[in-house]
Amino acid sequence: MSPRRLRAIFIKELHHITRDGRSLAMALLMPVMMLLLYGYALSLDVDHVPTLIYDQDQTSASRDLIRQFTGSRFFDVQGYVDNYRAIERAIDRNRIIMAVVIPRDYSRHLDLGERANVQILIDGSDSNTASIVQGYAETVVRGYSIQLRSDILNRRGGERLTPPIDARLRVWYNSSLESKNYVVPGLIAVILQIIAALLTSLTIAREWEMGTMEQLLSTPLRPVEIVLGKMMAYFVVGLADAAVALAVGLLVFQVPFRGSPTLMVVSVCLFLFGSLFWGIFVSASARTQLQAYQMGVLSSFLPAFLLSGFVYSIDTMPRVIQVITRIVPARYIVTIMKGVFLKGVGWRVLWLELIFLILYAAIVFLLATRKMKQKLA
Amino acid sequence: MWERIRVIIRKELIQALREPRMRTLLFLPPMVQLIVFGFAVNLDVDHVRIAWMDMDHTPLSRELRASFEGSGRFDVVAQPANEQEAADALDRSVAQAVVRVLPRFERDVHRGRPTEVQVLVDGTNSNTASLVSQYAGQVVANFSNSVMPLRQNVRVLTRSPGGPPNTGAPEVVPRTRVWFNPDLHSRNYFVPGVVANIIFIVTVMLTALAIVREKEIGTMEQLMVTPVRPIELILGKTLPFAVVGLVDVALVTSVALLIFRVPFRGSPLLLFFCAIVFLMTSLGAGLFLSTISHTQQQAMMMNFFFTTPAFMLSGFAFPIRNMPVAIQWLTWLNPMRYFIEIVRGVFLKGAGVAVLWPQIAALAIYGVLILLLSALRFHKSLD
Repeated sequence: MSPRRLRAIFIKELHHITRDGRSLAMALLMPVMMLLLYGYALSLDVDHVPTLIYDQDQTSASRDLIRQFTGSRFFDVQGYVDNYRAIERAIDRNRIIMAVVIPRDYSRHLDLGERANVQILIDGSDSNTASIVQGYAETVVRGYSIQLRSDILNRRGGERLTPPIDARLRVWYNSSLESKNYVVPGLIAVILQIIAALLTSLTIAREWEMGTMEQLLSTPLRPVEIVLGKMMAYFVVGLADAAVALAVGLLVFQVPFRGSPTLMVVSVCLFLFGSLFWGIFVSASARTQLQAYQMGVLSSFLPAFLLSGFVYSIDTMPRVIQVITRIVPARYIVTIMKGVFLKGVGWRVLWLELIFLILYAAIVFLLATRKMKQKLA
Repeated sequence: MWERIRVIIRKELIQALREPRMRTLLFLPPMVQLIVFGFAVNLDVDHVRIAWMDMDHTPLSRELRASFEGSGRFDVVAQPANEQEAADALDRSVAQAVVRVLPRFERDVHRGRPTEVQVLVDGTNSNTASLVSQYAGQVVANFSNSVMPLRQNVRVLTRSPGGPPNTGAPEVVPRTRVWFNPDLHSRNYFVPGVVANIIFIVTVMLTALAIVREKEIGTMEQLMVTPVRPIELILGKTLPFAVVGLVDVALVTSVALLIFRVPFRGSPLLLFFCAIVFLMTSLGAGLFLSTISHTQQQAMMMNFFFTTPAFMLSGFAFPIRNMPVAIQWLTWLNPMRYFIEIVRGVFLKGAGVAVLWPQIAALAIYGVLILLLSALRFHKSLD
């Protein structure tokens, strides 16, 4: 391998990148736009659940229960209805997610000191939202029930009755439970992966399609030099993207950064190496740019988005797919990103992830070089 | 005219299906997406890994642990002996929460003194964290309720002599019913959305590239000297991909029904009709892309620019209701949003035209507009 030839191909590729202004602008602007748009938009948090109330009882007791819902910021009571049809219609049209139905005999049961039912109807089509809503609603009713009980007992007994055991919840790392704090670090990793794949997946396929590969072949260039030289050029762009994305994450989204900057830089570089080599490998295996693009996006965007633990936690996946996620490099960078940003953990905790990233980069580099050799032979 | 359109369609189909690799690329991505969304993507939280830090070591604290484990939602994976180990379990993500039972827990409960159980939750993933907090709160509340009667009885008996124990204690019980997806399977929510997603991704891309490729290689000039008219060219270029898109819809729907057992409560005919309306928008978008790009690379980049936001802001994976209001307004411009609503309505809710007409109308207006505009632009770019 000659440094001079390596430099030559590096510079040639840089020219390629800077010459096509529109593509370069897109490569640099896209991460910022994606981060800004998705950082704000993507959230699975549930609050202000649109709710309808159907009060068949119409007593002060039922109104007292309703106040528990209107007073909570989790529920947004949209109105009152007087039949089930109206509830059905509203759920069908996606206007509400939940309805509370208080049966006719509600206050009578309470007055007799019996058990009274409250019906809660939930639109289950979005299962995640539905199960959170279910939890909120049941907590509200149970809490109200305990309060009601102790009020009545107190009136009779005179002494304040409090529940004996209280759960004291404390949330670490992201104490305000803001979804941006967990979406943004993972999103940066996913965006880098996509950009790396988009940038490189076309680079060799294009040379084949344009016929410039034959010209490269007639030079003394060796496959290693082509792969490395091309990678280095796109690495410059990728690094610029990473810097911009991190800056947006810190300055615009104000995501807390608790870990070591060095660790962050090292792991981002390692990750970029791996993803860029992968793009080159894909590009070398494809025959046309369309194929290269499709394979590049399919093999990087989908796994990075779905199998990295970026939003969908890996714990809940079936075993087989959990094993598959082990070969997705994005999984490791997402873990590192979240660890360094939110948890402030260091090398001691994340060394295994780093080793995986190194291994991945090395293996894909070998694959890409071998593919190039095959193609050139 | 129809003869010429047929010739172009044949040429396009041959070009698209000539290579085996191309053939797989047309049908593999839909399948991969379907499998991943069907099996992997799961927002349900169960088997939460907790670290159990018992500083009391009494029968009552062990009982509490049993009720955590017995709830079916928690698995105790570690028993840290001290603060440091507990923090480490969270740092390494070994546990998603630490439950800490303080010393004197049992004594306090028996003496009727209020006591607390501390729960530390890893908040990195705010969605999981809020579910975990809720579950833990519920387990503790139930446990608290179960130890309360003992003390209440004592008190009721002593404070109100003559009254029978435990009467006059009313209770309100929530009875929850979940509609459309009673088992709360994430799969039922995601898989129908894949239908929309796939049509969009496949058709926009293929249409755009089919045209830009001709420009790039220079065969567009050859086409222009033939008697083919622009409208024939447009139809010939888009119809084959409409067919591919519809085949994908049929494929995905049958896999969804047969393998994933997603309920299908509405009318298949309505779904098919809406798919065609939706195809107009995606083919129109493809045409439009082809008019603003000169090379395949630009077309792909642009395509990525269009389809990713369309996907992310469609409500497919992230509820639109959670987005900032400004972005919610933006989603009204996204054709995919309407189609996702239609698909989910037809699959899960069995909704018909009476409910879905606003979405269908929006899509139709959208489709005609985009298609017309792009066709006009395309027409110009030929001259």
